[in-house]
Amino acid sequence: MSQRVGIEVSIALAEAVKMANADVIAAYPITPQTHIVEHLAELVADGELDAEYIPVESEHSAMSACMGSSAAGARTFTATAGQGLELMHEALFVASAMRLPVVMSVVNRALSAPISVWGDHSDVMACRDTGWIQIFTENGQEVVDNTLCAFRIAEDNSVLLPIMVHLDGFHLSHVIEPILMPEQRYVDAFLPLNKYPLPLDPAKPVAMGDFAPPSIYTEMKWAQEKNLQKSKDTILKVWEEFNGIFGRQYKPVESYRCDDAKILLLTMGSYSETAMTTIDKMRNKGYKENVGLLRLRLWRPFPHDELREAIKNADVLIVLDRALSFGGLNGPVCMEIKAALYNEAIRPKVVSFVGGLGGRDITVADFEEIITRGIDIARNGSEQEFEMFGVRE
Amino acid sequence: MGKSENELTWKELEVGGIVTEPGNASQYKTGDWRSQRPTYDFNKCLKCGICQIYCPEGCVNQNNQGYFEADLYYCKGCGICSRECPTFVITMKEEE
Ligand code: SF4
Ligand code: SF4
Repeated sequence: MSQRVGIEVSIALAEAVKMANADVIAAYPITPQTHIVEHLAELVADGELDAEYIPVESEHSAMSACMGSSAAGARTFTATAGQGLELMHEALFVASAMRLPVVMSVVNRALSAPISVWGDHSDVMACRDTGWIQIFTENGQEVVDNTLCAFRIAEDNSVLLPIMVHLDGFHLSHVIEPILMPEQRYVDAFLPLNKYPLPLDPAKPVAMGDFAPPSIYTEMKWAQEKNLQKSKDTILKVWEEFNGIFGRQYKPVESYRCDDAKILLLTMGSYSETAMTTIDKMRNKGYKENVGLLRLRLWRPFPHDELREAIKNADVLIVLDRALSFGGLNGPVCMEIKAALYNEAIRPKVVSFVGGLGGRDITVADFEEIITRGIDIARNGSEQEFEMFGVRE
Repeated sequence: MGKSENELTWKELEVGGIVTEPGNASQYKTGDWRSQRPTYDFNKCLKCGICQIYCPEGCVNQNNQGYFEADLYYCKGCGICSRECPTFVITMKEEE
């Protein structure tokens, strides 16, 4: 029912948006997102995708145009990266609070200065609290699958929230991978038409994005928070259904060789695949401790229940962040994980590493070093709150 | 007419706070903001309507004697009418 093709991940992503039959694409090109929007522009220009392609003058305008089209009930897609995501920042909060189901690919890129076009998660982390659902992907297949799932989740009338699907710049966006491209008829069966409940319609006027005095702002924000928390039920349901049709199951926290593992490493995004190889290597050569890998797929809403379940037998949890929280205690993901575990009666020692910044590779051997040093720090302590992996002293 | 924004619970809000009832801003009592109210000495009034034209709230109407007077449900007490009146009919008085 699907065909495996060798294809650049960005192009496959654009093809997935075509299969989802998006109505409006408003985007501003920025490295390393360009191949996605260029290919979509071609598909629209060649008449292969019947959509409005709006070439806007900035990312702030891109998100603003997306909000307008989403409010009118159109299936809406955009993509950005790094500085582009930050230029959208103000509008991101508006899209989520107005409950507009925009789907956005974020091709993770390090933030300036100094200018770097390469990948890390500093752009994501700066948008952590914008109220969007955020999903991380590790390979091209996951990008295609989760792009399709994103439309389904975002537009579900019990959710109605914008979604970021994260993929690492270059390490994932620009590689050619064998990907099972789903057949159109199965996508059509999986993805019903978008039916926004109260669209902009002159025949039935509504006002959106209104003013709220102190007497109601708290209720509005609580409703938004409850809705984002509750969206996890639908995310799980959609992943389940996707598995039923396409045979690939996604989970908020994915475990790799964790059953008997007392030492866990936690990663997000494409570096998880390298980390899996490290786990295999260490186990194959009979490393003295049982090591396993957790991959955090769902970043918002944060899957604290699944995380607590996943770590319950571990002695040590080593977290790799690909972003700094300047002046903070640890990397941003590690801080969140510590907060989720703090009140647990039994919990592992948590060790924070920051690395892979601005596109720097973390190799199979590097991950082995992270694990062995992490174990040492967990048992013997460290003078530092977190380790800056690979930095030249 | 639905509940006022002081009574709605978070569960009763429309998706994204969308307002489905056109014109419901007229329910909003901007008169609550007022710390001064306009008072009138109509003996000096020319019925010229300048106060009505200048009022940013659009809350000045003619009463049954034809005098121009603020609707205190909406009057924010900005004092613009008092400042613009050519014959000094309007005096702003502190609210108690
Ligand atoms: S005080 Fe201001 S709001 Fe009130 S009637 Fe005069 S101009 Fe209008
Ligand atoms: S501006 Fe003064 S004179 Fe003219 S209608 Fe108003 S109160 Fe009367």
